[in-house]
Amino acid sequence: MWIWFHKLGSPPHFYRIAGRMTPWFAWIGGILIAAGVVGGLVFAPPDYQQGDGFRILYVHAPSAWMSLFTYIVMALAAAIGLVWRMKVAHAVAASCAPIGAAFTACALVTGAVWGQKMWGTWWVWDARLTSELILLFLYFGYMALRSAYDDQQRADRASAILALVGVVNVPIIHYSVVWWNTLHQAASVSKMARPSIAPEMLVPLILMFFGFNILFGAVLLTRVRGEVLLRERSADWIRAVLSKS
Amino acid sequence: MNARTGILGAGLLLIERDLRLAFRRPSQVFNPLVFFLVVTTLFPLSLSPLPSQLRDIAPGVLWVAALLSSLLALEALLKSDAEDGTLEQMVLSGQPVVVLVAAKTAAHWLVGGLPLVIISPVAAMSLGVTPAAMWVTAEGLLMGTLTLSFLGSVGAALTIGVRRSSVLLSLLVLPLAMPMLIFGARATDLAIAGEAASGPLYLLGALLVFTATLAPFAAAAAVRIGIE
Repeated sequence: MWIWFHKLGSPPHFYRIAGRMTPWFAWIGGILIAAGVVGGLVFAPPDYQQGDGFRILYVHAPSAWMSLFTYIVMALAAAIGLVWRMKVAHAVAASCAPIGAAFTACALVTGAVWGQKMWGTWWVWDARLTSELILLFLYFGYMALRSAYDDQQRADRASAILALVGVVNVPIIHYSVVWWNTLHQAASVSKMARPSIAPEMLVPLILMFFGFNILFGAVLLTRVRGEVLLRERSADWIRAVLSKS
Repeated sequence: MNARTGILGAGLLLIERDLRLAFRRPSQVFNPLVFFLVVTTLFPLSLSPLPSQLRDIAPGVLWVAALLSSLLALEALLKSDAEDGTLEQMVLSGQPVVVLVAAKTAAHWLVGGLPLVIISPVAAMSLGVTPAAMWVTAEGLLMGTLTLSFLGSVGAALTIGVRRSSVLLSLLVLPLAMPMLIFGARATDLAIAGEAASGPLYLLGALLVFTATLAPFAAAAAVRIGIE
């Protein structure tokens, strides 16, 4: 039953499977995102309070979700790598960090642009923005620790522990920031009112969510293939694969 | 220390050894304290010496200064023992690494954290904090610095094998220390305003229990990776 799992742990096998799956992920994710963009920018009606400004939500909300989701994937891969000493799992964790940091930065930038339109400033110490910023720092710490080691195996295992410590702390950090924010919230900052959202607005958002998730799969697989190539660069199977293509 | 020494005995021996080493080099103990006092002096000089304004910024200044000075001392927690091979011998001694790391962390806190808690009323007084709030601040720092020592033990263990690790260590530990900073500064803030500060203090206590329970295990795993 676990054969497929152990097979995935073998770099050549993973490299081949990932290469075959990447186009599927990329196309399905790309099509979903394209449909979501058209639906969100063209067909969805303007918001009754925020006008067209709310449309940045279609990038912001999926990015914010993905920033957290990527961290969880990274921590899971790190745990698998630590427990089963699986090289590919460490490669997955290593590849997750820059993607997650990019999603986090994207969520922060789109949040700031939205804030400029709605709140009149680029940055407010809103609970969600602040915990997103701390998440970005966590990603930076992870990448800094990884690059501080010359030895690949030690880098893998040390950063895996950091990822696990981080994932335990993320909910604590988030809720402490929310708690802090409810005490200090300025009166001018009004949260987005959430009445029942119209279906024409909701459907593109759902498409975007799925699109981002699946595109993340494609980007992750591509990055992991690169990592595997880099890590196994002296292995024989690489020469065989590269001479074939 | 041989394998027949009990777990508790081994931990106490290690604490005793670390304390003795620290008191042979007193500057290691005093430098972070002086740093703490110097940093708290910077703020009245750079912002304003008006007592009303000082009282507003006091919680933030006290907690950030305590956080930074504890961070400065963290690098010494495992580094010198790792460099001269002592740490490797301790791991090979057959005692559980978790206990060794926890004991070293406790010793580090007794040398670095506890004196900071004791002199914190001096810094608080200079910022115009009321006596009742001084007491709350010291209570909060008692739990906060201990939490930070345990959190920091993970960071210090992860960076054993890294050269010039102090900036990296701060980068790893600071984001994780933010909940502590939030609750601690809030407790001081409430106490200065004359309100009950027990809520944030309880949360600090919860953080301490949580961190002290789990962090030694993560730090022990990191030590094993660091010395191999």
